[in-house]
Amino acid sequence: MYIIGIWIAAFLTLCIFSFLYKDNPFYKLAEHIYIGSSAAYMFIYVYFFDVKPMLIDKFRTSVGFDKWILIIPSLLGIIMLLRVVPRIGWISRWAIAFTIGLGSGIGIVTGVHGFVLPQIKATFVPLIVMGNWMESINNLVLIVGTLTATLYFYFSKEHKGAIRLPIRIGISLIMVAFGASFGYTVMARLSLLIGRIYFLLHDWLHLVK
Amino acid sequence: MRTRVPLVITFITGFLIILGFWIPHDPVGDIQSTFLIWYAIINGFTMVLGIVSLVHIHTRKIISHKSGYGYSLILILSMLATLWVGLYSGIKYGDLYKIDAPFMWYYNSIFVPLSATMFSLLAFFIASAAYRAFRARTFEATLLLIAGALVMIGRVPIGDVIWHKFPVIADWIMEIPQMAAKRGILIGIALGMIVTSLRIILGIERSYLK
Repeated sequence: MYIIGIWIAAFLTLCIFSFLYKDNPFYKLAEHIYIGSSAAYMFIYVYFFDVKPMLIDKFRTSVGFDKWILIIPSLLGIIMLLRVVPRIGWISRWAIAFTIGLGSGIGIVTGVHGFVLPQIKATFVPLIVMGNWMESINNLVLIVGTLTATLYFYFSKEHKGAIRLPIRIGISLIMVAFGASFGYTVMARLSLLIGRIYFLLHDWLHLVK
Repeated sequence: MRTRVPLVITFITGFLIILGFWIPHDPVGDIQSTFLIWYAIINGFTMVLGIVSLVHIHTRKIISHKSGYGYSLILILSMLATLWVGLYSGIKYGDLYKIDAPFMWYYNSIFVPLSATMFSLLAFFIASAAYRAFRARTFEATLLLIAGALVMIGRVPIGDVIWHKFPVIADWIMEIPQMAAKRGILIGIALGMIVTSLRIILGIERSYLK
């Protein structure tokens, strides 16, 4: 089975790489296998890691309130499925409303606690660090960069006049950040590519040790 | 019924989550974790919805013999095979990722090669996108080019061989200017998220009901 698995993996890898030449039936074959198996994979994953332990197993083992309260999410889930029935599809909005409400509530709490406050707190660093001029420069870049990049997202006033210069600095730093993130992403994708080429040359063809 | 009930559900759910944050005691203290469990359960049902929708679209394609219907057949067959292998492994072995479970074989032989190769393919397209984005026509594009190039050269061994300071510069870019701008972006995103969430809870933003 191991050898068959290696050959299937090599075949699928080459099918996808064939797209570099042009769109072709081999690529389409691998693409459709990927879509079908990914959808099923996600379903199996969610069933065995979420639905089974949190609903089915919990319903079997719990008693009283903890057991019967599970009817609510089950009902909301069933309501969500009604979307496929056009006449009563509007009822699915109730389940959607629950998830939207949950996301919004969490959005406010985590927005303040997880993003705004920690980021502001981390920006309050000393501007002058005695005996360490490099850290002083770094802290200055951090403070100025954070303030000017935040200012760029202030759209209530046209970016003219006194705020033009700080916003220009903000855009420049945002560009540096985008460039760095881009470089980082390229490296991550290249390491994946190296991994696939290594698989073909090492695991499949045994050409490299 | 069609508009008011969803608005009330959204308001009560969002309000209880915020209330649970301010009053970390019974009965609202652990409401966030309870609701998140409920969300995971509902998410399981939405997966069924996704599978049904995908099967519906591709079955119609197969029945009407539209061009490329053979691929639709392959899609459905691969989906059914994965479902069967997953359910069989989960029920028989109790753990999907047990080393000798068939699902583990499927995962290593089909899912990982397909997803890793699909994403590695992006390396080529990202390179052509880089050519277009990095052409140093403006000051901002030049900054983008320099930062990207320095990070890339600093992250590979040859960069260290050319000049030992390249990795240090790459690390500095990632830790200081990149972090500063990212912080500003994160604060901007968070403020936008808070305002949008508040609008949804108060029923001002209703686009999700359409």
